[in-house]
Amino acid sequence: MARTHITTVVNGDETEFLAEDGTSLLNALRDEVGLTGAKEGCGTGDCGACSVMIDDKVTCACLVFAPEVDGSTILTVEGLADSGELHPLQQCFLEGAALQCGICTPGFLISAKALLDKNPDPTETEIRYALAGNLCRCTGYDKIIRAVQEAAREMRGQ
Amino acid sequence: MAVTEENPGYKWVGTRPIRPDGLEKVTGKAQFGADLMLPGMLFGKVVRSPHAHARIVSIDTTAAEAMLGVKAVITGDDFPDLAANGAHPSEIDVANNAIARDKVLYEGHVVAAVAATTRDQAEAAAKAVEVTYELLPHVLTVDEAMADGAPLLHEGMITKGVDPAPEQASNVASKILHERGDLDQGFGEAEAVVEREFTTKPVHQGYIEPHAAVADANSDGRAHIWCSSQGHFQMRASSATVLGVSPGTLKVTAAEIGGGFGGKTVIYLEPLAVRLSQRAGRPVKLVMDRDEVFRATGPTSGTRIRVKMGVSKDGKITAAEVWMAYEAGAYAGSPVGAAGMTAIACYDIPNFVVEGYDVVCNKPRVAAYRAPGAPMAAFAVESVLDELARDIGIDPIDIRLANAAVEGTQASYGPKFPRIGFVETLEAIKDHPNYTADLGPNQGRGVAAGFWFNAGMMSSATVHINENGTATVVTGSPDIGGSRQSMALMAAEELGIPYESIKAVVADTETVGFNDVTGGSRVTLATGAAVVDACRLIVEDLRARAAKTWDVELDQVEWVDGQAQHVEGAQPPLSLNDLAAKSGRTGGPISANASLNSRGVGAGFSTQLCDVEVDPETGVTRVIRYLTAQDAGRAISPDYVEGQMQGGVVQGIGWALNEEYIHDSDGVMENASFLDYRIPVASDLPMIDCAIVEVPNPAHPYGVRGVGEVGIVPPMAAVGNAINDALDVRMTDLPMSPVKILEALNNQRD
Amino acid sequence: MAQVHFSAGLRDLTGGLAQVEVEATTVRRLVVALEEMFPGIGGRLSEASSVAIDGEIFTDADYEPVSDDSEVHFLDIFQGG
Repeated sequence: MARTHITTVVNGDETEFLAEDGTSLLNALRDEVGLTGAKEGCGTGDCGACSVMIDDKVTCACLVFAPEVDGSTILTVEGLADSGELHPLQQCFLEGAALQCGICTPGFLISAKALLDKNPDPTETEIRYALAGNLCRCTGYDKIIRAVQEAAREMRGQ
Repeated sequence: MAVTEENPGYKWVGTRPIRPDGLEKVTGKAQFGADLMLPGMLFGKVVRSPHAHARIVSIDTTAAEAMLGVKAVITGDDFPDLAANGAHPSEIDVANNAIARDKVLYEGHVVAAVAATTRDQAEAAAKAVEVTYELLPHVLTVDEAMADGAPLLHEGMITKGVDPAPEQASNVASKILHERGDLDQGFGEAEAVVEREFTTKPVHQGYIEPHAAVADANSDGRAHIWCSSQGHFQMRASSATVLGVSPGTLKVTAAEIGGGFGGKTVIYLEPLAVRLSQRAGRPVKLVMDRDEVFRATGPTSGTRIRVKMGVSKDGKITAAEVWMAYEAGAYAGSPVGAAGMTAIACYDIPNFVVEGYDVVCNKPRVAAYRAPGAPMAAFAVESVLDELARDIGIDPIDIRLANAAVEGTQASYGPKFPRIGFVETLEAIKDHPNYTADLGPNQGRGVAAGFWFNAGMMSSATVHINENGTATVVTGSPDIGGSRQSMALMAAEELGIPYESIKAVVADTETVGFNDVTGGSRVTLATGAAVVDACRLIVEDLRARAAKTWDVELDQVEWVDGQAQHVEGAQPPLSLNDLAAKSGRTGGPISANASLNSRGVGAGFSTQLCDVEVDPETGVTRVIRYLTAQDAGRAISPDYVEGQMQGGVVQGIGWALNEEYIHDSDGVMENASFLDYRIPVASDLPMIDCAIVEVPNPAHPYGVRGVGEVGIVPPMAAVGNAINDALDVRMTDLPMSPVKILEALNNQRD
Repeated sequence: MAQVHFSAGLRDLTGGLAQVEVEATTVRRLVVALEEMFPGIGGRLSEASSVAIDGEIFTDADYEPVSDDSEVHFLDIFQGG
């Protein structure tokens, strides 16, 4: 099958790659662009481990066909840190022990960033519902929620 | 919170620094099994049985082999016949589960595998493999499998542990039995007796990362495997068995692992990937999709359990009778043995019979799931104990205190308990403000307790001192919960140098000594013990080097806070830095190794408190408050001890309320996705409060007790007891889903 | 003499005895002695057991020392997760 040429901006860099029409954005990012931060947990949009931002909207990359992102801007976990300086969410996840195996962490970081970009002072309930699309089996979510609360505080300058 | 014995002033043990692998995990750099890309790598795909029980009549791979991009196709014929080679039955089962030979025993059983240049080509080729089956009748539950005349999975299966041995084969692999005292007399002494029957369904460990392996085979028979596993030495051993090769020909590198909980202590894809790579002459990546994970990897057992218990009017349990049947899936080996040993282990009961059966059925072979066997038995026993407490009007914590196993109690499974912390966990719950928090309408509170032995087993560790006095700690235990941090904390404590100057790594099977699996809550204890031993050898070596440097006797040298000190202060101290920089003068590089079969395992106890609110119109149960108190012995890493406690609780909540395997009448799984197999999500839950109790294990240098598993043992009963408190209905069938709660409420009204 | 306890599942091989006294200095020698008393038990014990000696559980206990006042239990092997 012929492959389509796709042009995007990924994590701030102009990025071009080839993919067949039926290839998911997730597989394209992992296999063609070499960014393996987004993970496949289910392939059907139920677990959120592949969460990325496409033009400022958080999305499951497994549910998007690669050619659909031609001309779009994509953010993956690899693009969260700024020249080596961690995003407050990343720092708070580390300090708050909000990860155990870490497989779900990239997805949670993207979803949490998407939340805080829109709602810088969320309640615990708002955080829980915003992250309900990201499954974690190790932590029971407690420390993840606390890390997001702490990052939100820091980002508000408190 | 709830530290029960004085912390002896550790500097590093017990602190909460950042874990060494954390940075790579929050930046997406960490390499999990499916992340590896090798030049020339092919993609593999497994062909699986659509039938629950069938004879394989023929497999035609010619069409698949001819397809574009296909480089290898394998079937059971590509693997040695271990039965013919006189291998041990358990090894034969592992080999037959890895790929079917003449029969398939469950939907999802591996029949063939292909490797091709692209994922799509591999999927197309897998679909082109033509398998002809002769369908056989199947059994799906313990009831069906144990019924008279039930179709047999294994024609030669004679139940072990029965005397005299049965003459006819059946689906019952073995029987276990524990007895003490006189049951009739015990029940005769009881003021209240409750008898209930419970059923639970298979539930999956639910790790977010599907199984993944990359194999790169050379033409000389050697192969390198990268895989996510809970034990790369185990992967090596089992793969070698299935492939019919010496373990030394396989090198296994542990990728980071995205959850295991016991389910990744066994092989699935590894030998298939190696054989495909050998046939193709190129590396092969084999990854399961989520559907395959559900259909074809071991969940834990569904069960039927009957419990009858009696208590005297002052709350002493006088008798307990437990009957259990556990599903093993396609091959013998359910955790009914452990269930039999743990079911009543929390309590000192003078009269009991515990009887259990390991039953095969046409479902995936069960795999270990966090305290395997114990949670189901605890659901039953702790529910009945709750009813008894209500019947005689005793507080649920008090009834447990009245019967609690303590040091010296003869455990229900045999030996006397050494120093244990069960009572302390009960008291931690009782003393906590959650215990007396107000409850509103349709809200209820439940208590439950649990026990797990924890394991010891074998570990190896090497510690190297770098030329600037920093250290590398090398172990072979894949890190599933933050264990690298615990290793570094203990090494920091032993060597007296900062945690930040220690790097803890997990090495491959060629670069570190043998390690048993990461499981059984054993790594902090056993691998930690190896790390401690290696550090102590280094400290002895450092003292000797300082003695040489100062030209004094060894007994003039102490190692304190990371430096050699002269006992009389006659010399200025020598830091680790000093000695490392000049190590050439005092004997060469500073390095030590320790390998051990660990000793002094300390058992773990957990008591938990659950508050729920049930909507009587929809039957939906919300957990509104949860407290878990667990004896960690000594929490080397409190952050990650809490993490294990909370994780176990939430898995238990899912098991209690939502999770179950649903099969149709053909034995085909109907809910093989995260949409329909519903594990808890963030919006389902409150914060999970933790009380780490520390009753140090006297047999371990730091007092460690394993913490990973026991947390999953009490939650189902805690939730069930809370629902009972809220609605006055006793749920005896897991999961306690909304439909079932509504049904129970309706029955109550009638 | 060490006190050896048998779980109910093993008692078919001991003629129903729950407990015997055995003279031995290691677990291995103890199992040999038991095999003499109860032919056939040796295989079952090595295959399916871990051993608790005075409350401590061992998985490979063959050469563990047993003393005169030791209490020994043969336990079903269990697996962690």
